[in-house]
Amino acid sequence: MPAAAFSDKDAVNPLKSPDEIGMKINPEKCVACGNCTYVCPMGAIYIDPVRFKATINADACVECYACYNGLSREVLPPRTVRATRRAMAKLLMRFEPDPDICPTSAFEPDELSWPRVVRRAFSDPRVPHESTGIVGRGTEEVKTNDVTNRVGVGEVGFTIEFGRPGVGAWFHEIQEMSRALALIGVAFEKKNPVTSLMTDSATGDIRPDILNEKVLSAILELKVPVERVEEVIRTVWEVEKRIETIVAIGVGTRCDENGDEKVVAPILERLGYTLKRAKTNLGLAVKRPDNLNSTQTKTEKAGA
Amino acid sequence: MTNTLHRFGSAESFVDDYVIIAIPAKGAKDRGDPLPALRRFLEIALEYNPVNIGDAMHGGATRPTRHTNPIEHFGERPTKPDFETVIEGADAPTTFSAVFDKRENAEKFVARIKDENLGLSVNISSSINNALDCCQKAGLTRHSVGYSLGFEGIPDNDPNRHALMLSTMCGHGMISHAFARKAIDFVRENRRTPDEVIAGLSRFCSCGIFNPSRARRIIEDARKKNF
Repeated sequence: MPAAAFSDKDAVNPLKSPDEIGMKINPEKCVACGNCTYVCPMGAIYIDPVRFKATINADACVECYACYNGLSREVLPPRTVRATRRAMAKLLMRFEPDPDICPTSAFEPDELSWPRVVRRAFSDPRVPHESTGIVGRGTEEVKTNDVTNRVGVGEVGFTIEFGRPGVGAWFHEIQEMSRALALIGVAFEKKNPVTSLMTDSATGDIRPDILNEKVLSAILELKVPVERVEEVIRTVWEVEKRIETIVAIGVGTRCDENGDEKVVAPILERLGYTLKRAKTNLGLAVKRPDNLNSTQTKTEKAGA
Repeated sequence: MTNTLHRFGSAESFVDDYVIIAIPAKGAKDRGDPLPALRRFLEIALEYNPVNIGDAMHGGATRPTRHTNPIEHFGERPTKPDFETVIEGADAPTTFSAVFDKRENAEKFVARIKDENLGLSVNISSSINNALDCCQKAGLTRHSVGYSLGFEGIPDNDPNRHALMLSTMCGHGMISHAFARKAIDFVRENRRTPDEVIAGLSRFCSCGIFNPSRARRIIEDARKKNF
């Protein structure tokens, strides 16, 4: 069983209730322009018709920080903006800042505590997972297979992603899939962040205290012999009918000595998939001895 | 790490979409500091007219603006990519990317990267045929391939396909579907130019893999077509 990726220490801040923790919109600054309601990937922000302020639905918010990091920030005086908006409204005109701007820099992140911190770890791409030490929601999969040989000849690596585009995923939905896959006896990738949150990777059980946490997306990773590709895909199909989130499958494998891949693609096509897009590892990571110092020399020249 | 893989669209819609990624294998400490090679990767990319470059820690070539003075509200905001800022700010080994919209540029870049012998894992995320053509031109044999099987249950002719094509160009999901829809509507209504809305969308992509050329084509397509 893998070690937990996240620590429980200092998990609960006794000074704050769960509703007070997380991304906030400063009501003194918010001018209710509505820009943030569009840019939230989860649609978790709305203009409260009573308060006339942008408000975050904390249950739907996944702490991805797209609002805080992605919105450009201006520092217009809130009172002036509100007065301008009211005057323009009387003239049937509207205040229209660029759609990717918060005109008063109203977003204010707050410290997250357990288990809500899990939302950000899976949703904000700039926050490295403690379990992997890299930025991202999964491992390097086949992207570094030319170094790691993680997926060998005759093997297939699966990435089963939940939550995109734009719906998010609850860990209880992910657990439904992980349990079904565990039942057919697959082994989950140990360095994957979701695996590290399992209490038992043999059963696919995920920590109960995070099952009601929502993330923008998360990825289950596993590896099977090529003979089991169809079994895994049919299992995913069966479960994805029962859960509300959206599933996207990635299938990684080795090419032969000629660079061809004629084993897995036919299986996928027989299952009804039209293969369009892929990431292709070019096998360039192994430095050739004829040119070992090229990088250093050229970089030094570039900086000279 | 599937952030470039699952882009919504038909194979034809990737005709101008070549995302080329350089990544040092985690834990391969015996291989030395990969940062010089990663920076070199970006420097070489600039010679082949990329439409975006970036790294996973700092973002792409079009970034959010940060005003400190109210008067700046009345100034123009940049809509063109700033490649130098990306290279200057690259200070930690992570996933680096270069995006090309022209086949010949992507193919020449791949051939050059092969010759440079950087010692990094390099991947092409594009249509399968685009990647095969790049390999063939560079005399490379593919090591591994990761297929996208797409988003289960969403057909190619989804009525929201244009917004989906835009929003899924950030595989981290930072570009919301509603914002992509709004960008299309702003252009349809002629309230903003394609350049302005594309810059706005690009600013949300946190690692520089957003393809502004493909976005322009999608938006122009959406502007003229009925759903």
